[in-house]
Amino acid sequence: MTNGLATMRGVQHRLLAEPAGAPLPELDRTQLIGLLREAGLTGRGGAGFPTWRKLEAVTVAPGGPVVVANGAEGEPASGKDGLLLAYHPDLVLDGLQLVARALGARSTHLYLPAAAAGPIRAVLDARRRAGRDPIAAVNPTIAPDAFIAGEESAVVAALSGRPAVPADKRVRVTRAGLGGAPTLVQNVETLAQIALIGRRGPGWFRSAGTAEEPGTFLATVSGAVAQPGVVEAGYGVPLGELIDAAGGATAPLQAVLIGGFHGGWVPARPDLPVSRAALAHYGTSPGAGIVIALPQGACGLIESARIASYLAGQVSGQCGPCINGLPRLADTLTDLAYRRAKPGLPAEVKRLTALVTGRGACRHPDGTARMIRSSLMTFDADVVAHLHGHCTQEAVRR
Amino acid sequence: MTDALWYFGRGSGLVALVLFTIVVALGIGARSGRPIPGAGSGTLLPRFAVNLLHRNAALLAAVFLGGHVVSLYFDPYAQLRFVDLVLPFAGQHRPFWLGLGTLALDMALAIVVTSLLRRRIGARAWRVVHWLAYLCWPIALLHGLQTGTDGGTWWLRAIACLCAAVVLAAVAWRLSPSFTRFPQRAKRRVPDHRAAVDGDRGSGTGRPRHGLAEVR
Amino acid sequence: MSESRLHIDWTACDGRGLCAELLPELLAEDDWGYPLVRDGATEPAVPRALEGAARRAVDRCPVMALRLTLSSTSTS
Repeated sequence: MTNGLATMRGVQHRLLAEPAGAPLPELDRTQLIGLLREAGLTGRGGAGFPTWRKLEAVTVAPGGPVVVANGAEGEPASGKDGLLLAYHPDLVLDGLQLVARALGARSTHLYLPAAAAGPIRAVLDARRRAGRDPIAAVNPTIAPDAFIAGEESAVVAALSGRPAVPADKRVRVTRAGLGGAPTLVQNVETLAQIALIGRRGPGWFRSAGTAEEPGTFLATVSGAVAQPGVVEAGYGVPLGELIDAAGGATAPLQAVLIGGFHGGWVPARPDLPVSRAALAHYGTSPGAGIVIALPQGACGLIESARIASYLAGQVSGQCGPCINGLPRLADTLTDLAYRRAKPGLPAEVKRLTALVTGRGACRHPDGTARMIRSSLMTFDADVVAHLHGHCTQEAVRR
Repeated sequence: MTDALWYFGRGSGLVALVLFTIVVALGIGARSGRPIPGAGSGTLLPRFAVNLLHRNAALLAAVFLGGHVVSLYFDPYAQLRFVDLVLPFAGQHRPFWLGLGTLALDMALAIVVTSLLRRRIGARAWRVVHWLAYLCWPIALLHGLQTGTDGGTWWLRAIACLCAAVVLAAVAWRLSPSFTRFPQRAKRRVPDHRAAVDGDRGSGTGRPRHGLAEVR
Repeated sequence: MSESRLHIDWTACDGRGLCAELLPELLAEDDWGYPLVRDGATEPAVPRALEGAARRAVDRCPVMALRLTLSSTSTS
């Protein structure tokens, strides 16, 4: 498929079309890390960290690492991990085995929502009988239904039998995590991509996406679309193509939230490439591929305020600036959204976003602040209108 | 000589009680996070100084407590065996009231040692032991009132009343809603390290079930 | 080049305010009494001149939420 410089950036089926049961190569640590480095795979859980670097980090210390497949998917608007676990569990588990074998893992775990556990146990049993998990038995652990339950250190806490809340980052889990061992937490989609790369090679992987952001990703498209669901595409895919793959917009679109509740609002430009490079201009990134379409007529500030209130309720409550700042931020944004004009409202929102950023054990306040800042930017006309008691979408609704 | 030991024993016990009263008041003051205001709009003692003063007064009180215990141990009139210094209620003379003193000594020792070693034992263990202070102080006061020969004197009763008034006022302040500098501050949640969070049914948009038990 | 950085354990910090008193050049207080790094950094660098004060702040924090880490300047 590789054709010189041209890569497939549009909607396509790779992960979602991969047959189950294909053989897995046996790779050692150096081989796997080399493959992943060449492929340029980045984490599909939202942070987008280079996968080969993470693998390397857990192999610095002697003794095998702990490998965890993270399928918690705490974000309400995301469905890709659930889809993978329900319809392509073997691909995820193959990736897990590939990594565990290569790194000499001391234990492997699967962290997933309660609803997915039953079916997964059946899959694990079948694999065990067929001898597909020779190295490591996979221990499933239930993830609580909370937004931050999928955060890396929260995952380690849950696996240790503690509440699934983030821990202080002085010692990263890659250095000491579960039981003090270096712990590799990978999103289930990342593991599935690793299995594909192991089978088909980095060149094949790079034939999709862009040169700087290779490969495909799973997007969950929802909002004002006819068929909300999971769509696979190469990075750089035009936004309009993703919307069309989800059945097309049900109404003219006003804006799109990309990257989920911790992402950012962008104008509904069909030609806007969904890639880190293009979205950086709007202060956001593809994240875990969540795309929410906002139609004309809906108020972007009200939607943002709703999301902010939800996020404020999802704090673990351990950190002072977050448990105090996020509700205040949500309340202030809600005042602006419902046109309860007070002097200096937008400035106060901006001040609070700066106040909560970087002052917590995890990135929950940072992500919330980022989404809110982007809403003030993308819906700037509404900010002005609301301060005067109007909304730009009034005309549309009438 | 034995008279000197006896007088020193009683005196140091009284000084220790007064000092520990100041320690408790300063400890509560330190917990409030408020500096001690000075003349005009100035500060007499900033927060960290209140904190340091609490610590230093505690160490000084511990010295007098040590003097109280050691001198009485060597005083034949007090009839103390070594076991009476560590095991409460085993004494020969007034075993109950003496035992209270031993109990208070044990607790004070635990508080001081855990405070000196707090970096090793961690914040939670330190805090649990430190709360014993609220138990230790009244026990020490009762011991002081009833054990020695000064129980009936007017001056001991007066000093004891004054100390009790100070501690009661400090505790009342501690429990009042205006104690904290930021009454509108949300209570942080501290993870309960005991129980695992079992698989939850979806709680939808309700409160997330992190499994955080204590509310500080 | 080696320098110290001040690490705040936010899961332990209770906003008691001693650190802001002992390190006013680096820390202020926010709306709720929690330490606010003046230059906006997550882990502020502690210049040599302030190292003594920083150590005192670390030692005096009632909940032991502070730590001075010696690190080489990196991009992290």
